[in-house]
Amino acid sequence: MTTPRTIVEKIWDDHVVSQDPGAPAVLAVDLHLVHEVTSPQAFSGLRARGIGVRRPGQTVATADHSVPTTDRRLPIMDELAAAQIRQLDTNCAEFGIPVHGIGDPAQGIVHVIGPQLGLTQPGMTIVCGDSHTSTHGAFGALAFGIGTSEVEMVLATQTLLQRDPKTYEVRVDGRLTPGVSAKDVILALIARIGIGGGTGHVFEYTGGAIRGLTMDQRMTVCNMSIEGGARAGLIAPDDTTFEYLRGRPHAPQGAAWDAAVVRWRTLATDEGARYDRQITIDADTLEPMITYGTNPGMGIPITSRVPSPEEQTDPGQRRALEHALEYMDLRPGQAILGQKVDVVFVGSCTNGRISDLRLAASVLKDRHVADGVRLLVVPGSDEVKREAEREGLAEIFKAAGADWREAGCSMCIAMNGDQLNPGQYAVSTSNRNFEGRQGKGGRTFLASPLTAAASAIAGVVADPRRLPGIETLAAVGGR
Amino acid sequence: MADPFTVFTSRVVPLPAENVDTDQIVPARYLKATDKAGLADALFRDWRYNEDGSLKEPRFVLDQPGMAGRKILLVGDNFGAGSSREHAPWALTAWGVRAILSTSYADIFRSNSLKNGVLPIVVDVETHARLFELLAGDPDAELTVDLAEQGVLLPDGSTIDFDIDPFAKQMILADTDELGYLLSKDAEISAWEATHSPRVDTLAGAR
Ligand code: SF4
Repeated sequence: MTTPRTIVEKIWDDHVVSQDPGAPAVLAVDLHLVHEVTSPQAFSGLRARGIGVRRPGQTVATADHSVPTTDRRLPIMDELAAAQIRQLDTNCAEFGIPVHGIGDPAQGIVHVIGPQLGLTQPGMTIVCGDSHTSTHGAFGALAFGIGTSEVEMVLATQTLLQRDPKTYEVRVDGRLTPGVSAKDVILALIARIGIGGGTGHVFEYTGGAIRGLTMDQRMTVCNMSIEGGARAGLIAPDDTTFEYLRGRPHAPQGAAWDAAVVRWRTLATDEGARYDRQITIDADTLEPMITYGTNPGMGIPITSRVPSPEEQTDPGQRRALEHALEYMDLRPGQAILGQKVDVVFVGSCTNGRISDLRLAASVLKDRHVADGVRLLVVPGSDEVKREAEREGLAEIFKAAGADWREAGCSMCIAMNGDQLNPGQYAVSTSNRNFEGRQGKGGRTFLASPLTAAASAIAGVVADPRRLPGIETLAAVGGR
Repeated sequence: MADPFTVFTSRVVPLPAENVDTDQIVPARYLKATDKAGLADALFRDWRYNEDGSLKEPRFVLDQPGMAGRKILLVGDNFGAGSSREHAPWALTAWGVRAILSTSYADIFRSNSLKNGVLPIVVDVETHARLFELLAGDPDAELTVDLAEQGVLLPDGSTIDFDIDPFAKQMILADTDELGYLLSKDAEISAWEATHSPRVDTLAGAR
């Protein structure tokens, strides 16, 4: 009898190249994703040492963080951003790495294009100089963000030094109710455990509600694992995973496909395997979630009231809450519903995939954005953009008065000129509401695409469940 | 990498905020640089400076009299949350920080710091509170950080012991880097690659 293992342990064991006593393991990396912001200093490091990229064929690059989302035929006005994007092209050409830059049909946010190209596969180790690499865990891959020094190490050796992580089962039982989506699940988890709750651990999401999610929705959940402090979060692969992958450009084909599926089926956590920690969430009781503060753990069900610092017993938390409410200019005990909104952002690696745009469009169809509200819809990739245009979603957005953009990170990180003005409020489908994240002085409410779209129409924070016809919105919680 | 790590004594910059994220440590608009220069000015930029580049009043702790040159930062729980940007420890090093004291750090920040010779020291909740009290009583109190002995010496002669990954410690003390170590594993990596075919080939048939 072998000891029962979790999926994390199985992938780990499969990738340990060697380990000296007392040292971390040398862990092999199957896929390395590269983007323009966290790679330049790594390539400079390689040049300084006079070494090349060990496995260019297991590396792929794209430009996403600082690319403009306006007309691609125009020159980039921000000279620093333009230089950074040019530098990525130069570096990739010099080191022989395929790059999907501006104008390439596969360009897009790094965490959207990996799965889309079929590069993200079960059982793999995947890294990127970006903390939301956890997204790829939706396929049953061990995927995590790394710093630039580590980017250089992976480029040079296709390995990393890692200590084995602890495991944390996040079990989501039951069924999501209409108007409640994957984004609400992950915001509810983070509100419960706090933004440091998963530090040192890898989340494994299990349970009926997780099984019922589509791949796009699973990616939304895994994406924000890092917001709960976990460097990675994953879901064991199943038929939903295989159906998504089948026929994608880099997915195995023919006999290799059949063999891969057999192998992938063995990845699931064994009966009786032990986790270091565990939490259970009941999907039936979840409501649409929204954040009110300045980190993703400061979230509440949308019908709740903003908490009061006086109720906090811990002095540190009281100070943090006071500071957050001051920054957000919200009053303790006030309702969040009805709070004025200036900008709504639908996009990012959390909620910029085609099914997210479909959800937003289903709310916006035959409706119009409220006066004075700016709605920005930014597809996660060029392919998502083309698909949304084919399906007529783009027309719905434009008719509703939205700004329909080119693919990129855009207002999620506000590096490309898409940003809030000081004091403005945004409902955003992205993943971080840190001070200034969406523009200096800007104030962010994180929420689902449904809540974002409903708020754009109302001009204030609105509950998507109050919209007529919400019950029939296809597969919000289910497959 | 900063200078090789030896025992050093310094006054302390107190920053009691919890969950300080890397977007505060270095705002995203400073990530467009393609080198590591000039990041000292980006450190805690929006907490320190007004729009026009003048210092905010009241001044942020780093810009208060007597703070320049301090090498130790005492911060609240879960420091360095969020983005993986290594610009955060680069900016801290550029300003002069060599060690941080907190009850916990976000994983990627901790790992990035160790690779840049910034020591993320974890202390327990009581010690953490005691350090803030010490600084409240004497803002110019000096601490001595001894990595080899894994101890922080307090002015009263007592020592706080701390844990650190033994491998990371060895790397910092020897002023070598992990890449050098990994490059020395070339034979093992080649052997592994010989028995594990690549899962994907980004160069083949890519659209
Ligand atoms: S969309 Fe936002 S979170 Fe995702 S990779 Fe881009 S900047 Fe990072």
